[in-house]
Amino acid sequence: MHGLVNRSLQCFLRDTYGADLWGAVARRAGIAADGFEAMQVYDDALTGAVLDAAAQQLAKPPEALLEDLGAYLVSLEPLRRLLRFGGVGYADFLHSLDDLQGRAQLALPDLGLPALRLVAEPDGRFALHLEGGGPCCCGAAPASAAMAQLAPPVLAGVLRAMADDYGALALIDLPDPPAGPGARVIHIDLLQARYAKGRRFHLGLPVAEVAS
Amino acid sequence: MTAPRPSLQSSSLQTSSLQPAHAAPAAPPAALLRLAPDLLGALMPMFLWLDGRGRVLAAGPTLHKICGRALRPGVPVFDLIEITRPQRISGMADLRGHGQRRLHLALRARPRTGLRGIAVPLGPGAEDGMLLTLSFGLTVAEAVRAHALTDGDFAPTDLTVEMLYLIEAKSAVMGELRGLNLRLERAHRSAMAEALTDPLTGLANRRALELALEAAAQSGGRDEAAPPFALAHLDLDFFKQVNDTHGHAAGDAVLTEVARILQAETREHDLVARVGGDEFVLVLRAMTDLAALEALGQRIIARLEAPVPVGDAIATISGSLGVVISVDYPVAEPERMLADADRALYASKHAGRSRVTILRKGELQEA
Repeated sequence: MHGLVNRSLQCFLRDTYGADLWGAVARRAGIAADGFEAMQVYDDALTGAVLDAAAQQLAKPPEALLEDLGAYLVSLEPLRRLLRFGGVGYADFLHSLDDLQGRAQLALPDLGLPALRLVAEPDGRFALHLEGGGPCCCGAAPASAAMAQLAPPVLAGVLRAMADDYGALALIDLPDPPAGPGARVIHIDLLQARYAKGRRFHLGLPVAEVAS
Repeated sequence: MTAPRPSLQSSSLQTSSLQPAHAAPAAPPAALLRLAPDLLGALMPMFLWLDGRGRVLAAGPTLHKICGRALRPGVPVFDLIEITRPQRISGMADLRGHGQRRLHLALRARPRTGLRGIAVPLGPGAEDGMLLTLSFGLTVAEAVRAHALTDGDFAPTDLTVEMLYLIEAKSAVMGELRGLNLRLERAHRSAMAEALTDPLTGLANRRALELALEAAAQSGGRDEAAPPFALAHLDLDFFKQVNDTHGHAAGDAVLTEVARILQAETREHDLVARVGGDEFVLVLRAMTDLAALEALGQRIIARLEAPVPVGDAIATISGSLGVVISVDYPVAEPERMLADADRALYASKHAGRSRVTILRKGELQEA
């Protein structure tokens, strides 16, 4: 697993629940309290160990934690900006998810995100298909089994938070996985594209942020 | 005899409007492309349609956005834009002569946004005008900020937005790497500090002393202005008795107290090293005055002799010092100076301990 994923999980737990909780999770998972470095690759089993330890420590289902992680990622301004490059409205953003794997691969060739495929359905409904670990059509390396497991709930959390960011009213539903490994689908019901005032986004970064 | 070519091939050539210009002479000239300026603007949001005299007939929407009111119909293009490379282009004839090669340009208005472009003639004659299309150069990120451009200002085929995406993704990744570098640097520094520190007393260890003396010797050789220094070798007296009588924990407490005294009696830029069980070396920078060295040695000995409480008991030690000064050597060779300081120390021991011996030039061993 790419260290960026592990470090995101670590920062999410530390920023949301405090350093003590992270320390307890690290001990339970059998890793050093320093945790992960973003630019290294770790054994997939470590990610699972940290997630399970956090779920036990917080008495929360792992999928719920991962959805919160998705929302946390959107709260990080650099990442929110990268996601907002997807388009001017929430529907554009949803369509841009087809390119998410390719864009991520441009920046980090070994991140290993799963391929996404958005299917528009009638009445503002969408189905986002997540590739389930097998070889995919676009020639990219297939997502690992661990990534295929993590990605759906994290993405559901990202979709919810991005709906808020765009000021859209949308219902996001991630049905329980089918038995065994396989593709998963997130259902998005876009009730109102402009329900509230979204957060601002300019293509050009403010000068201060470029300088820092 | 000239027989006609097979008709199948010639008829298929005649109906093809995609035939390139160098096609067989039998083909009619390819149909000219006619396109309304607003549609051209959808394809090339930064096009400029110029008449034969270089006046703007129409321009793409993004160019309107970044030029504002300066871009009005009929304005001479060279009032709007300067061609920065090649440098000799200042009129339409030059532009025609440049051919279909890349142009480097800049807006004349501030912030003088840099652009790239290509110009093509719209007919064979000088009066036919030209079509110029532009894009942002390497300063694209600044240009997007300066002109508040959005996704919709770029053609759907344009990869500029992807490039901006990459720039930000790269910055985020670089930020992570910088953080990693800082953490590694800190870890490296603390590992280095550990490698150069005596764990019991926190003083420099022998390795740190060697490095400091090498540095001093090298700078002394190269730079005549390098500060001279005194080297003092200190050996504790009666320390073995403390260890034997009160145990090693008491010995460690005494050594820690000695370290505290030595650091208190020296200055920040001096070096205090523990080089053996109860042996210490002081590098006293810019200190060559005999009386001052003698006084410092006596002060250290006096403080060492103050009784140290160890548990329920009281430990009493003293110390002997041997001192040499770098100015007495043609080259401040560490090994030689250490050996001489050691001899001076043993002179102190032989003379009854608890004293300071300073070896001067005439008393040093010949090199």
